[in-house]
Amino acid sequence: MEHSLLTLTDIRKSFGGVRALERASLELPRGAVTALIGENGAGKSTLVKILSGIHQPDGGEILFDGDAVRIPNPQAARALGIGVVHQECLAFDNLSVAENLFINSQPMQAGLVHWRDLRSRATAVLRDLDADFDADLPAGRLSIAQKHVMQIARALTHESRVLIFDEPTASLSQRECAELFRIVRKLRDAGCALLFISHKFDEVFELADRFAVFRDGVSVRAGRLSDVTSDELISLMVGRPVSQLFPKLEVQPGAELLRVEKLGRAGEFEDVSFALRAGEIVGLYGLVGAGRTELAQVLFGINAASSGVFTLAADAAGIALVPEDRQGQGAVLPFSVAANIALPNLTALAPRGWCSPSRESELASQWIDRLGIKAHGPGQTVHQLSGGNQQKVVIAKWLARKPGVLILDEPTKGIDVGAKAAVHAVTSEFARAGGAVLMISSDLPEILGMSDRVLVMRRGRLRGQFMRAQATSEVLLRAASDA
Amino acid sequence: MSARPLHFSDNARRDIAFAVLTAVLFLAVTLAFPGFAAPRNLAGLLDDTAILIMLALGQMLVIMGRGIDLSIAANLALCGMLAALFSRAWPDAGVLPVLVLTLGAGGLLGACNGLLVWKLRLPPIVVTLGTMSIYRGAIYLLSKGAWVNENEMSREFLAFPRHEFLGLTVLSWLSIVVAAAFIVALQRLKVARDLYAAGGNPEAASYSGIDPGRMQFLAYTICGAIAGVCGYFWVAKFAVAYTDIALGFELSVIAACLIGGVAIAGGAGTAAGVVLGCLFIGIIRSSLPLVGISAFWQMFINGLVILVAVLLSARQRQFKRTILEARA
Repeated sequence: MEHSLLTLTDIRKSFGGVRALERASLELPRGAVTALIGENGAGKSTLVKILSGIHQPDGGEILFDGDAVRIPNPQAARALGIGVVHQECLAFDNLSVAENLFINSQPMQAGLVHWRDLRSRATAVLRDLDADFDADLPAGRLSIAQKHVMQIARALTHESRVLIFDEPTASLSQRECAELFRIVRKLRDAGCALLFISHKFDEVFELADRFAVFRDGVSVRAGRLSDVTSDELISLMVGRPVSQLFPKLEVQPGAELLRVEKLGRAGEFEDVSFALRAGEIVGLYGLVGAGRTELAQVLFGINAASSGVFTLAADAAGIALVPEDRQGQGAVLPFSVAANIALPNLTALAPRGWCSPSRESELASQWIDRLGIKAHGPGQTVHQLSGGNQQKVVIAKWLARKPGVLILDEPTKGIDVGAKAAVHAVTSEFARAGGAVLMISSDLPEILGMSDRVLVMRRGRLRGQFMRAQATSEVLLRAASDA
Repeated sequence: MSARPLHFSDNARRDIAFAVLTAVLFLAVTLAFPGFAAPRNLAGLLDDTAILIMLALGQMLVIMGRGIDLSIAANLALCGMLAALFSRAWPDAGVLPVLVLTLGAGGLLGACNGLLVWKLRLPPIVVTLGTMSIYRGAIYLLSKGAWVNENEMSREFLAFPRHEFLGLTVLSWLSIVVAAAFIVALQRLKVARDLYAAGGNPEAASYSGIDPGRMQFLAYTICGAIAGVCGYFWVAKFAVAYTDIALGFELSVIAACLIGGVAIAGGAGTAAGVVLGCLFIGIIRSSLPLVGISAFWQMFINGLVILVAVLLSARQRQFKRTILEARA
């Protein structure tokens, strides 16, 4: 039996009566990438917070290199050599990269910061990682991917031997992911123990050596990835076999609902032409920064086009957009479920400007049932819901308007498998009822599984259009990248 | 469970707790000084608090839309001076033109704030700090630094807010009507919901078809109109107009909003809470002399109440976050 660098046994943790972890166990061997898999709410985040010293476990044992340890605070985690790369990049935008790497641990000399040492050590770490940016650059100028590299570098300056990646790829493009994976493999080969948390199975299978599945705070199974299939992992996660991940309904496309002709917006995208027909789900694929979100914003009227036109069929009942940033642009978090769903529908719900709580409540209850939103009721505030349920609320608020054309921007980003299936089901249903869907996604299996037709954008231009039968991952990837 | 879709159910709970606290304070003062609860005294208390209530309700709209109006007292003073000068020039014109004039002028001054915040996207605190000085300066220019005294104002001008009806002054009744209108409007008007949304998450609001800047403009304009008409009431109540009336009163108004549970970051607050906040300040202000404590303690106590209120709501948020993290 190989000797693990970090071993967690029967960790328990409750928050005021809510049990987050119960009998959670995990082993992280040296020189291996272990994937931690589970639905939202399975206890992954709590585990990460225990390992980084933010929460204290109620029970259980943590062995580091064979010795029982306690991690009372983040400083202790750092001293042990446990580093975390978070999903959101925490950076001090006004400070240089070098200063970011040594926040709260600047090399000192005679009570003053030893700038020369700080800079040379930062440069050395960045060189080790083959980073493509300079230590003197202000962190605010880095891309999200570069900030991830900076976080990794930060962990390495503390000589971390255990590195935890908490959904690092959620906002990265395909190429940026590849760069990240290269660094992860490099660290693995150097003997680090790595924990990789991700919702994307293709990544997990590409990168990880081992897996551990959590469900409702309990570790369900762990082992070598070569011994399982992704279907087995999904049923372990969900606790039941998932028969069909993409409930695509077959439909005959009907009349044209939206026609886009040579549409452009200076500096963002140009010369985009396509049409959407009733009953159709059209996928819009591309790398991050290809201009897809910008196109959606013009179609929805957030920004004006600088060239070209788009026309909505006379009998189509408007365009709705479920935006990418669900907490920033989608939902008003301090509002209740009912108030959020009512927000774009108040003209109908509140004729002559008077709101009707009972009508709002009724509408919300309908959608809670239809989409399976897990909430105590229409009155619960949205910020108390999980990410997947928040997304369902944002979708409900727009579907309640009965739009003709629905634009979804990364509709399942960062949500768990169950919620993902629900979003896909309601999308298919909307299309079958005669709506047209434009679905922006960076998730290839989702694009391939859901779309009747796939449009590919690259650098602000439409680079290809593929029918369902022609579209394969290779074809789409080739069209989307600069190769 | 079928809860009413109140978008601020937490605040309703907070209002009830605060109402209990205010009642306890009231009972304590009454036990010590039975005369405090005498109808005459209570009517006086409401009359003294009426202007604060109306101003605080105006200010809460602005704060809820992620703004702040530091110029509210200067606006009041400027419109008060306008009203006094108008009364001196046309002593027989009656009250109605004065009300229209002050509402209009105040609304205009508020709209200036709103336009600067909306169209030029300037930070509200800077804009209103600037207009606060400008409005004060304008009073000096208008009056050339002179006072307008009681004997220069018409009798009707002075008497209107003090008329008694069912034991309460017209001014008191007005504050009750305004408070009732705000309570209903903020719960039920579509435009109010738009304001809450704009303050709670401006970006999501604009994705839902609401212009957050327009909401701020509207809030500033209403707040300004209220400040303007309160200028007339202030001058009539104290029977004098000069450059420095209500100097620093904007801070009391903001304090009343914060004590009443309006979130300084915008998006949350109830009219009932704000009214309670004003009454709380009013009770403390009128009971301190009874207890024989210097009026300077009032500032100390107000400050303490603000800090405690903010502390409590922060604790409440933290508690909720812990539960959320447990679920994540």
